[in-house]
Amino acid sequence: MRLWRYFRRKHWDREREAEIQVHLQIETDEFIGRGMSPEEARHAARRKLGNVTRIREEIHEMNSLGFLETLGQDVRYALRMLRLNPGFTLVAVLSLALGIGANTAIFQLLDAVRLRSLPVAKPAELYEVKVVSPKGRSGHFPNRYPRMTNAIWEQIRDHQQAFSSMFAWGDSQFDLSKGGRARPADGIWVTGDYFRTLGVSPLLGRVISADDDRRGCAPVAVISYAFWQREFGGAPSAVGSNLSLNTRPVEIVGITPPSFTGIDVGHRFDVAVPVCSEPVFSGKDNNLEMRWAWWLAAIGRLKPGWTLQRANAHLEAMAKSVFEAALPQNFDTERKERFLSASLKTEPAALGLSELRDTYENPLWLLIAIAGVVLLIACANLANLLLARATAREKEVAVRLAIGGSRGRLVRQFLTESLLLSLLGAACGVLLARVLSQALVAFLTTSQQNIFLDLRMSVTVLLFAGSLAVFTCVVFGLLPALRATQIVPAAVMKAGGRGLTSGRERFTLQRGLVTAQVALSLVLLFSALLFVRTFHKLSTLNAGFQTDGILVVSLDGQRAGYTPEQWLVVHRQLLERVQSTPGVDRAARAENFPMSGGWYNDNVSAADGDKAKPEAKSSYFTMQSPGFFDVMGIPLLSGRDFTDSDTAHAPLVAIVNQAFARTIFGTPNVLGRRFVKRDGVRSASQTFEVVGIVSDMKITSLRADDEMMAFVPDTQVAAAPLSQTVVLHSGLPLRDVMSGVLHAVAEVSPAISVDFSVFKTRIQETLVPESLMATLSGFFGLLAGVLAVIGLYGVISYMVAQRRNEIGIRIALGAGRRSILSMVLRGAGKLIVAGLVVGTVLALLGARAASSLLFGLRPYDPATLIAAVVLLAGVSFLAAAVPARRAARLEPMKALRDE
Amino acid sequence: MLILQTLVLGAAHGHTIAHLIEHRSEAVLQVEHGSLYPALHRIEDRGWIASFWGTSENNRKARYYRLTRTGRKQLATHTDRWQQLIRAIGRILQPSNE
Repeated sequence: MRLWRYFRRKHWDREREAEIQVHLQIETDEFIGRGMSPEEARHAARRKLGNVTRIREEIHEMNSLGFLETLGQDVRYALRMLRLNPGFTLVAVLSLALGIGANTAIFQLLDAVRLRSLPVAKPAELYEVKVVSPKGRSGHFPNRYPRMTNAIWEQIRDHQQAFSSMFAWGDSQFDLSKGGRARPADGIWVTGDYFRTLGVSPLLGRVISADDDRRGCAPVAVISYAFWQREFGGAPSAVGSNLSLNTRPVEIVGITPPSFTGIDVGHRFDVAVPVCSEPVFSGKDNNLEMRWAWWLAAIGRLKPGWTLQRANAHLEAMAKSVFEAALPQNFDTERKERFLSASLKTEPAALGLSELRDTYENPLWLLIAIAGVVLLIACANLANLLLARATAREKEVAVRLAIGGSRGRLVRQFLTESLLLSLLGAACGVLLARVLSQALVAFLTTSQQNIFLDLRMSVTVLLFAGSLAVFTCVVFGLLPALRATQIVPAAVMKAGGRGLTSGRERFTLQRGLVTAQVALSLVLLFSALLFVRTFHKLSTLNAGFQTDGILVVSLDGQRAGYTPEQWLVVHRQLLERVQSTPGVDRAARAENFPMSGGWYNDNVSAADGDKAKPEAKSSYFTMQSPGFFDVMGIPLLSGRDFTDSDTAHAPLVAIVNQAFARTIFGTPNVLGRRFVKRDGVRSASQTFEVVGIVSDMKITSLRADDEMMAFVPDTQVAAAPLSQTVVLHSGLPLRDVMSGVLHAVAEVSPAISVDFSVFKTRIQETLVPESLMATLSGFFGLLAGVLAVIGLYGVISYMVAQRRNEIGIRIALGAGRRSILSMVLRGAGKLIVAGLVVGTVLALLGARAASSLLFGLRPYDPATLIAAVVLLAGVSFLAAAVPARRAARLEPMKALRDE
Repeated sequence: MLILQTLVLGAAHGHTIAHLIEHRSEAVLQVEHGSLYPALHRIEDRGWIASFWGTSENNRKARYYRLTRTGRKQLATHTDRWQQLIRAIGRILQPSNE
């Protein structure tokens, strides 16, 4: 009733007004009837009725809900104030929008990778079963989630009782082309219960079911909605048509709904193919049969009533028999023992699997903390601005308090103003965040990996932005509001703006804010410098190889249908063709190259006669053709490169790096020495003679050190793998070389698929996490520094302005300009030094959180800290010097006349 | 209560109500007419009276008020309580009669 009245209070006001008018008329008529003149009658009627406005007010108040009413007034008043100060409003809204926008954008990513559950039915019931191998695993790890082998999966599937349904899953890359330039598609291998367990039903056609998952099955494909739209334009006829996967025609049986993008957060799948059809694509050495191929991950839906503990106990109990049954028989004793010592455990998988999360979760939390601090610094600036304005509005407040305004009411009104600002800021921030989060994802996307994240504005994200708005409002609005209303009206009015010491405690607050700003921005500047230096060190370090002008060409002969024996011959022809392509200086075959992934290692020991270091060490091995070191710019220190005479019938030779020589032989000069390589996976051993030594290089990661490396000629290895890589060097732009290479390959066989990547880009892309940290923390550090300096400048200027009279008197009494200058600077210096001291302590405490992300630097690196302190101190003193000079140049007469 | 009582006999508009109260109390209760309207508003808000626009005896459009059912009940209880109060006060002021 009241509420309804409240919204109709204008209407009621008119009603009552009309009613009272009628009353007056009737009364007037009566008085006229008694013989008064109309004029007199009207006055008499009015007298009798009383104060009409007062009556209306009384009724109006009855209709009002006090809180709503004043809120409306406050909002209108606040809007008016903001409109009257467009400069202030713009600065406030912009800085809040930037701060809230940056925080929200990072939070959106965190929400997508860390907080949000998979968009499938009852995600909380999903658990992943993992192999725990404390002593490490051996074998082949071909994809992003090499959690278990197919043999282990089948054992678990057949013997577990904890899950009502389970599936195994592995990621893969398919090539859609039929030869020539490769067209990659993100594939997944799935077992029969993948879609049923996740509760995904097809949009069109059918999904893969248990019937598709039989040993020796023919492949069928279920495609994702996005892929359907992209490749088929959403045509329903796609179901039933054939897709060329690695040059094999595969029938599309169904399409998944748009909401389902897979369980790998950060990557979406294009094509799902049954696990059992993997041999069709991989041939003899397929992952399905190879017991040392780790390429699947297993997820199940826990039965009702089963707890995590019970499931873990169950899995642990069955682990021994699982690993015994799945043991790769060709492993050597040591590896067998390691394999059998593994165990099983399960953990929640409601969030899906995410390599992206594993890589970026910590950096993102750190970044959101940094962005949060920037927002705090921006808030401190706004608080200072509001404090200054509060002083300007002191008289207004004093008058309002004097005529009976309550303090609470005034605080509420000030806060309404702040809240309006922060809500405006948050609204702009959310819009900004949409752009920023897309930009962040684009930053993380590399030529090797397409990142896909569902970045919709979820309720969580909006709540986050909303609470940031309220939080900032309280942070920057509350103190000034309390301070502004904490005055004795009489004192203010009497003082008339005079008084040299009246603002003392008000300054204290502003000084505290500036000190905090300087401290916080030192922390951010320090961390920014740490990350920038880390990135710089990593990107300029001597990796031991060249990156310029190198093109990586992947050639896939298996897809073209060659047998390994044929491919050996074809591959030689291919290299010759590529070498004679216009623009190509040098080219070589390589199984692997630095940062290529896919590295494997074997145990190595010095051969008989070298008694110095008999124990086995693990070293990386790879095969290449002659000329590889030339192409990669790896210096050959002594000995010779491989030649065409290193054939399968000649003695086995190897070229090793310095780390290998040091560790295996204990001496740098190892030409002519021999070592034994033990292939623990296949239980075979071979003896090699060292014919060359190359300098050390980074192999698996730019952060790695002293990695041992042995190169062997691919001409001496009987069965070369079917897909091979050619690396080439060219002085021409690499884009121009590509068409020539494509042409050369097509001349050998148009069925061979070719993929290019620029080596330099690949190396740079291994540094994306570091580059992200350096770029963003650098940006935030800079922003923080600028904000703090602006804050300092503002406060010192304000203090100088407030002390105009005092300074004027000092000068008039004979104080030198220099002493005024030093007085102001001393005041500012105290603030800066206090801020720097507090900031140093905070920085040292906080840097520990970043230690794992740094390279070649300790988290408390003194040089970086000193640089940050000096930089910030220098800029801050410059900022303080401007108002200080202004103070020193003050005309005393002018200052005193203004009184 | 006084307002409610004036409406027992039928609907009336503000002016009439004011005059009725003045007359019946034989001008003892000289209410400022103005204060009548907030009172009417409050009672209407509580649902004891309802209002409608009608035409007055001298052909003016005026807002008429009438008692609602709850209003009648309220009037009865209030009158009872008031009379009890009056009797009690009366007994205290003239104790010797007993």
